[in-house]
Amino acid sequence: MPEALSAPLVVEFPFTRSLGPVQSAFLTGLRERTVLGVRTADGKILVPPVEYDPVTAEELRELTGVATTGTVTTWAWNPAPRPAQPLATPFAWVLVRLDGADTALLHALDAPGPEAVHTGMRVRIRWAAERTGAITDIACFEPYGGDGTGQCAPHDGEFADPVTGIVTPARLDYRYTPGRAQSAYLDALSGQRIVGERCPSCHKVYVPPRGACPTCGVATTEQVEVGPRGTVTTFCIVNIKAKNLDIEVPYVYAHIALDGADLALHARIGGIPYDQVRMGLRVEPVWTEGGRHPDHYRPTGEPDADYDAYKELL
Amino acid sequence: MSSEPVAVVGVGQTKHVSARRDVSIAGLVREAAVRALEDAALTWADIDAVVIGKAPDFFEGLMMPELYLADALGAVGKPMLRVHTAGSVGGSTALVAANLVSARVHRTVLTLAFEKQSESNAMWGLSLPIPFQQPLLAGAGGFFAPHVRAYMRRTGAPDTVGSLVAYKDRRNALKNPYAHIHDPDITLEKVRSAPMLWDPIRYSETCPSSDGACAMILTDRAGAGRSPHPPAWVHGGAMRSEPTLFAGKDFVSPRAGRDCAADVYRQAGISDPRREIDAVEMYVPFSWYEPMWLENLGFADEGEGWKLTESGVTELDGDLPVNPSGGVLSTNPIGASGMIRFAEAALQVRGRAGEHQVVGARKALGHAYGGGAQFFSMWLVGAEPPSS
Repeated sequence: MPEALSAPLVVEFPFTRSLGPVQSAFLTGLRERTVLGVRTADGKILVPPVEYDPVTAEELRELTGVATTGTVTTWAWNPAPRPAQPLATPFAWVLVRLDGADTALLHALDAPGPEAVHTGMRVRIRWAAERTGAITDIACFEPYGGDGTGQCAPHDGEFADPVTGIVTPARLDYRYTPGRAQSAYLDALSGQRIVGERCPSCHKVYVPPRGACPTCGVATTEQVEVGPRGTVTTFCIVNIKAKNLDIEVPYVYAHIALDGADLALHARIGGIPYDQVRMGLRVEPVWTEGGRHPDHYRPTGEPDADYDAYKELL
Repeated sequence: MSSEPVAVVGVGQTKHVSARRDVSIAGLVREAAVRALEDAALTWADIDAVVIGKAPDFFEGLMMPELYLADALGAVGKPMLRVHTAGSVGGSTALVAANLVSARVHRTVLTLAFEKQSESNAMWGLSLPIPFQQPLLAGAGGFFAPHVRAYMRRTGAPDTVGSLVAYKDRRNALKNPYAHIHDPDITLEKVRSAPMLWDPIRYSETCPSSDGACAMILTDRAGAGRSPHPPAWVHGGAMRSEPTLFAGKDFVSPRAGRDCAADVYRQAGISDPRREIDAVEMYVPFSWYEPMWLENLGFADEGEGWKLTESGVTELDGDLPVNPSGGVLSTNPIGASGMIRFAEAALQVRGRAGEHQVVGARKALGHAYGGGAQFFSMWLVGAEPPSS
């Protein structure tokens, strides 16, 4: 049995966020070195501010400024910072209740070691040199020996050129292991053979195999070589160019039932003008040097298959 | 012990658009929820539980949005559930909420579904670069277009039927103030001359990408008695699923869809859906899915669905209006699209659909599906309480 395959899978995308009025004021404030909270009906000041009262569900819009100094309410030491965390050297994650606020804000505290951090310690904001209207405009917190430097004062949240949206890049690092059945399938492909697996219960042949029959719920192990020829069961003509795909349009994207397989796989048809492709067309794979999968399928020249021969595979 | 009858007493939607840059996701869902509460003349304190749905987290990149949205939806101190069944999620979310009332777990439930596609990338979220696999070859419509061709081959439907659906739905949307696409200059000629993206699917026959939310208030018999407006009563609801790919799968008329509809009709005592149902809101992401679902849902015999469309039966003033709201073809905040179908069905039997009201609608079907024809959810609502 071939060795099971494994490869990194990185999923990343720059998502956007529309901020709405409260977050817009909060992040624009940070850009201007101002920290804003929001006042609830019972007079509590929430920092960071939220749009809706977590207790009463009422809409909150009354903004107010708070100090840039505060008190650590709890903390955890981070001995090994990961990429994109606020500090590259070991630091403390802290919840800080800024002076004037009733709730605490999560951020990083720059401290030489865990022995230098304690609940109740006084800290102040260290502003980033370049600020864009993001939580990272607060570079981190740092220990602070003095009294409060700011006061609670009403603030209308109005700034010139407010930040209304942000980009939040997301990245997930996975390791992908396709498993026994797909590894065997890929191994056979490297010898230009297409090998599916038959369900021991319903006897249907699955290509590509997933290692189990989705209908019967039992493992498939019997390998069955299928094709290489097959029949186009249905298709569409793609007229719009897909991103990151180096194929000239128009091209034909087809469902192909390989001889001996019980469901169709999907592939591109070439070697024939796109407007001459038809249901029932007999095709075979075209392999290219170094390609893991067939590059495309082309007509074999055989007569078309009868509709009745493949209609159950549509 | 018999189950509790379930009534829809509040419906709220946002005006669906391509991008709501003025609100956060919390602000978007709040808008729909507040409108539903206003419709029902209720406050946050009247809500016992919240059931929310949306499409996969990857779409907006917002992990577990139900946590973040609890404040906006007044869920503090109450049960909050999130339902997750791909494109059908709006429908299955409503059914989970309905079951909570029906089982007398809760008396009044807020249910809501949303998508903010402008902050999202559905195509990316559905086509991750899985190692060792060939990249997706055809884009969004490429998944659906071969099935449409199979339907045309199987039934002999003329290739003009799809454009009739798009023309109808876009005209219906003009009567629905919440619909996304409002094109007052729409003509059949314009629909038919639009570029062919994934032959046989034209650009004009595809759904848009929308920001929007839809909310409903479901309650028990006592709650319905306090409703200031006529309620819609749930007569039947069901979900079915099947694998996305398996040998013998019928993509044109999936068995899970047929079985789901049959279950709903059995619960509702419907023996002839074509005659007994007055309006249908079905999930039609590409125009040809109207005739396909007409057959799958039992409104037409196999091979005959396109004839209902072609003869005008599914028009707003036809014998069986389909998607009087303008449908998914006119509005598609993915996670909310299924709930909008359910909610629009409720509006019809409440007589509160405004300009797109089907005159005299007493029974209406809401339908949703998703995940590569993997999940189906439907409900049938009526103007009268269920008899049993």
